[in-house]
Amino acid sequence: MEYFLQQLINGLTLGAIYGLIAIGYTMVYGIIRMINFAHGEIYMLGAFISLIAFLVSTLLGGTSVAFGLLAALVSTMVLTALYGWAVERVAYRPLRNAPKLAPLISAIGMSIVLQNFSQLTQGARVKPLPPLFKGGIELMHGETFSVNLSYLQMTIMALTVALMVVFTWVITRTSLGRAQRATEQDMKMAALLGVNTDRIISATFVMGATLASVAGLMVTLYYGVIDFYIGFLAGIKAFTAAVLGGIGSLPGAMLGGLLIGLIEAFWSGYFSIEYKDVAAFSILVLVLLFRPTGLLGRPEVEKI
Amino acid sequence: MAGANLKAALKDGILGAVVAAALALPMLGFRLVDSASALTLATRFDWVAWAAAIVGLGRFALCLLRQAVPADRVPVLPDLGAKFPKARLVAGWAMAGFALALPFLPFADRSLVDKATLVLIYVMLGWGLNIVVGLAGLLDLGFVAFYAVGAYSYALLATKLDLSFWLCLPMAGVFAAGFGILLGFPVLRLRGDYLAIVTLGFGEIIRVILQNWVDFTNGPNGISGIPRPSLFGLVFTANAPEGKTTFADYFNLDFSGDHRVIFLYFVILALALLTNLFTLRIRRLPIGRAWEALREDEIACRSLGLNPTMIKLSAFATGAMFAGFAGSFFATRQGFISPESFTFIESAVILAIVVLGGMGSQIGVVLAALLLVGLPEWFRELQQYRMLAFGGAMVLIMLWKPSGLLSHRAPTIRLGKGATP
Repeated sequence: MEYFLQQLINGLTLGAIYGLIAIGYTMVYGIIRMINFAHGEIYMLGAFISLIAFLVSTLLGGTSVAFGLLAALVSTMVLTALYGWAVERVAYRPLRNAPKLAPLISAIGMSIVLQNFSQLTQGARVKPLPPLFKGGIELMHGETFSVNLSYLQMTIMALTVALMVVFTWVITRTSLGRAQRATEQDMKMAALLGVNTDRIISATFVMGATLASVAGLMVTLYYGVIDFYIGFLAGIKAFTAAVLGGIGSLPGAMLGGLLIGLIEAFWSGYFSIEYKDVAAFSILVLVLLFRPTGLLGRPEVEKI
Repeated sequence: MAGANLKAALKDGILGAVVAAALALPMLGFRLVDSASALTLATRFDWVAWAAAIVGLGRFALCLLRQAVPADRVPVLPDLGAKFPKARLVAGWAMAGFALALPFLPFADRSLVDKATLVLIYVMLGWGLNIVVGLAGLLDLGFVAFYAVGAYSYALLATKLDLSFWLCLPMAGVFAAGFGILLGFPVLRLRGDYLAIVTLGFGEIIRVILQNWVDFTNGPNGISGIPRPSLFGLVFTANAPEGKTTFADYFNLDFSGDHRVIFLYFVILALALLTNLFTLRIRRLPIGRAWEALREDEIACRSLGLNPTMIKLSAFATGAMFAGFAGSFFATRQGFISPESFTFIESAVILAIVVLGGMGSQIGVVLAALLLVGLPEWFRELQQYRMLAFGGAMVLIMLWKPSGLLSHRAPTIRLGKGATP
């Protein structure tokens, strides 16, 4: 029981991180129907930028960890968002009306570029960061095993919930969100009604990159090591999460992320850690077999 | 007028420089250094300045260029294929002839033939994937899985059961096709992008299994000592093993390591040409036409009584079979395989070859393979910048020609007069 609870906590933490990345995939897919392959790398860049920003703030004499983290959070959100914007501007926007596979190849190319860019500029070795958040609460004390909820895990979950609230508010209540939903439903019609769709698509990429950068910061803190390659696996898992939840659906992305996180945590806790990725993908195949549009996705109506 | 244009270009350039500076600041401006005690930072702000200057000037020049040359007057490559319908046929035969003669040309040395062999492997993979993506229109991001299945089936059959290459080659194809059916059967009902992610996941699953099933595949250490193929029992070694004759002895030649390299080159050339011939012929058969029809309109196909699942499955299995052949050739050429050779990046390269070549174009695949695989081989010394340039090239080619290098696609069948068979 204690073990189960611990895995549940670990899984939810991991799932929150996947969910934040998955939102970027699902939003971009919803609007322009493309798999943004470079999104995983955006998250990796977010991790690097937050680590660098944190170190810069300590170099500049910031002694308090909280201040350093806040500085890292803000600067990684701004700069990673800029990366997201630039990638869309350079590699995807010129291909808006191109054949369907062209943006996909361009995205894979961009992902290779970003990965090698950070390998060349920051080196291939893993970058360790000593744990900044120490301690936690002991939720349950078993005979052999006690359940811990660390402060870091609480921060991650709280931050994720806060971001989700803000994000839902933006999508459902603001004019930007309304324009985004309109563009998602029918881009041409939205453009005819005076929505600047190019700007809306840019905004979507910026929002996705912002959330991914926060996930990057969380991973840096949670695992304490990052390298240039983390984007790939996290990227495909997050995309799996987006598909699992029903691509195009925002609550679906979060739900899918949590599920993938839980599956991974329980699988590595109870079965074998080597095959945790296999488990996540197998669940995906199973879900798609029985619900081809994902858990919360709308069935696509085929028009003739 | 000119002043306004210059001003706009200047504004664009400055904006580009500012964005580049902001982008470069964290990643180029600082460098993470691991020292003994903790992670520290080194700075190199001159790089940031360089990046900003280069991007700014580039944007400025590009903006001026765009104003000077209106969009409709940008020179484009003429569509040669449409202008000279016979040109492709001639080019195809010329290429095949050149490929046949290549090892005997005066400038061909061992390393060139070796590189050509590598390019041909990718040409073959590209042609195989072309059946799935180009003809049937199914987006497969895990093609490397079938390549891996082919390579491992040959390696395991040869090292454990001592079977010969020529016996294993068809078996590897059958195994790979079997995996294709196994995967395809449940997932081919899915629409395009779902299929893409499931195939991607499948590719990863195969790699993870190869890496972790140590008893069977020897895990990350891979399989070494994979036997080389023979030519009708003639072996390509200096001294013949018991009961065998060497190639050099049989033809009264002096032994040379080049013989094996050239032989392997011809094997892959034959396999690749077989793939090509198969594709060209099957497009004329009902099943090939069904693939192309399905790509164009699934609903129309259904209402004409075609079974989409079976048609997709056959395309998937056929593509997988050729990947299996290529995989077993890869294993015998390298003599050593490990899961490292079968990462997602390989799938991406193969898909890029198909798409960059212009989907469905056989010659386009050859050109793209030369460009993406052959060209980087010449720049081995620039190893670390190779992948960066590779990714950049993928983006730039797509921006330049979104439908591929040779995008013209002649319909396989026409109605009425002038119908080409």
